[in-house]
Amino acid sequence: MTAPSTRPIRKRVGRKGSGSDTDPGSRPRHARTEGDDRPRAPIRTRGLTKRYGELVAVDHLDLEVQAGEIFGLLGQNGAGKTTTILMLLGLTEPSDGQARVVGLDPARRPLEVKRRVGYLPDSVGFYSDLSGRENLRYTAELNRIPRELAETTIDEVIEQVGLSARADDATDTYSRGMLQRLGIADALVKDPDVLILDEPTTAIDPLGVTEILELLRTLVRDRGMAILLSSHLLNQVQSVCDRIGIFAAGRLIGQGTMTELAHRFGEDTAHIEAGVQTDDAAGAERVREVLKAIPGVVEVKAPRRSTTDPWVIGVKPASDETRVRRSILAAAASTGLDLTSVRPVAPSLEEIYRRAVEKAAHGHARDVR
Amino acid sequence: MTAEGTPIPAAGPAPAPAPAKPVRREGEIPSRRERSVPHAGWIVVARKELADHLLSARFVVLFIVVGLAALIPLYFAADAIRSAASTVSGGQAIFIALFWYAPKVGDAQIALPSVQGFLGLVAPLLGLAFAFDSINGERAQGTLPRLLSQPIHRDDVINGKFAAGLAVIAIVIGVVVGVIAAFGIIRLGIVPAASEALRLILWLLLTFIYVSFWLAFGMLLSVVVRRAATSALIGFGAWLLFTIFGGLITQLIGGFLAPLTGTVQQQINSIQLQETINRLLPDTLYREASLVLLNPQVTSVSSPATIAGYQQAQQRIPSLLSLDQSFILVWPQVVALVALTVACFAIAYVRFMRQEVRA
Repeated sequence: MTAPSTRPIRKRVGRKGSGSDTDPGSRPRHARTEGDDRPRAPIRTRGLTKRYGELVAVDHLDLEVQAGEIFGLLGQNGAGKTTTILMLLGLTEPSDGQARVVGLDPARRPLEVKRRVGYLPDSVGFYSDLSGRENLRYTAELNRIPRELAETTIDEVIEQVGLSARADDATDTYSRGMLQRLGIADALVKDPDVLILDEPTTAIDPLGVTEILELLRTLVRDRGMAILLSSHLLNQVQSVCDRIGIFAAGRLIGQGTMTELAHRFGEDTAHIEAGVQTDDAAGAERVREVLKAIPGVVEVKAPRRSTTDPWVIGVKPASDETRVRRSILAAAASTGLDLTSVRPVAPSLEEIYRRAVEKAAHGHARDVR
Repeated sequence: MTAEGTPIPAAGPAPAPAPAKPVRREGEIPSRRERSVPHAGWIVVARKELADHLLSARFVVLFIVVGLAALIPLYFAADAIRSAASTVSGGQAIFIALFWYAPKVGDAQIALPSVQGFLGLVAPLLGLAFAFDSINGERAQGTLPRLLSQPIHRDDVINGKFAAGLAVIAIVIGVVVGVIAAFGIIRLGIVPAASEALRLILWLLLTFIYVSFWLAFGMLLSVVVRRAATSALIGFGAWLLFTIFGGLITQLIGGFLAPLTGTVQQQINSIQLQETINRLLPDTLYREASLVLLNPQVTSVSSPATIAGYQQAQQRIPSLLSLDQSFILVWPQVVALVALTVACFAIAYVRFMRQEVRA
């Protein structure tokens, strides 16, 4: 009547987990070896692959997240983000390749990994008849945190996510956003070294999002945590992540800082916004001519809706952006344009993301042919 | 991410008291604080589940239902037994009759089921009610990925839930049977003999196993079926089918396979077949075993296989079986029930271990 003692999660991996350590020929070895005294990345994957029958959910993923950084995993629904996360937690076994989380193989030693990794699943749920605090208490017990320590920790994390006022209400009275906050608190209860957040801010209101992102930054700064977050909310990822990985159809098609990604996927074009007062169509035409005449300017877009909106000027190569801005000021002075403002436009992640995905789709099409 | 590399955060939780000997595996990145190794995650799960069960509305409802199911026949049986007790000689097993005696009520002499019969009918509900949503309920609530991302083994979840279910069942049937026994002692004024008490305890164990079977069956449903409402429907459907219509259906099948015609020996063979088919139902196994365990006058569970057997049975001098003889008689039934329970749980276990976390 009691359970068999076999524990398949652990059992299977014996052959597999250490595989790539023992046969170096199969894949190029990672540059950092045992003797290296640089701190190793808390999250590392080499050729991590997950297949469901014919479908390749994750395709040879090489990923590294350092301590003290927030890494954003971007991708459409079904791109393989969640599958990757489940493999990192040892909740799903990789078909191929390996992962190391806090230096351990999650498929082989899931318990040690899960003890040190806080995880917020997408569409997180709680026991609805228990209060938020009781839910966290259960998590603390599962982590074998001594009772007193657990109580102080729970108070702290509830405070951090801004739920103190509602902590003792049953969670079925919580809004979606509050559940998500509680989910983040839940991931923090075990005082993790690594935090993995799957769509952490989807249901939280804009002000709340700022608070949460602020909290994540604090955690990274003060505790040297490594945070991996997946999202499809590009502006949030852009605002909080140190590095970004773009995921499409199970492949990481690009990773790096915003600047690196902009460099790689942008068409080497920078944009400048200029506010110019014009009285009529003739005036607008003149503005266009003046701007076009500046060397480096490849594109001039007049405001569409009202004349008070800024003009958008495309510059290529992107490195000429500062020079072009100066030229615009000079041109305005010499030609008597009614210039009200000039400012550079930060490269948008949306743009980069769109390009990256398109590029990947192209590349894929070529491969197939 | 070294221990000295990161300052202890002002806002963060304080580090845990370090255990004496940190175990560091090769290649592991040292943790900022030592953590005690969690053991027996199933105990934590079971404790939480048990607390949930005991505070739940279904616990109260089932307690009342099972209690009433036992008390109503008990009341009438007690009256009948009390009036008969004085005329019975050799009152060795009068107290235990409280549990198997099917009283006749009112002027019309309507036969009520015995305490044992009523409990056998209602007890499966107990098992089903505490299991039908145990896994798919977690899925629906979205708590399963969160639970599994804690440092416990995956089977700790299903083991803990099963253990909690067993505990609740033990509590409910233990209390109900205890109350019946107490009531019987007061109302009848008869204190059970040691052998009767033993019979009662064995029967209690048997009932526990039987309800555990339904618990395991409910758990299997909760693993296999995605929606809790569906698994509840299937579970209660199976309960109705097995315990109420089960006899009818097996009669139909038996009648089809071996009609009750022909010579006397052929008819006896048909009855034998009918009994065998009946024993495919866990309900039958439980009823046979519990009758024998409770009533020392019952000396066989099967009909005789030959005409001579029938004659012998008629000529037999009525006597009481000793407890060990009764037990030997129902040993196959008990083993079959245990096997069914284990099989159900094993399938549930394997399916659960292989399921994807998200689905």
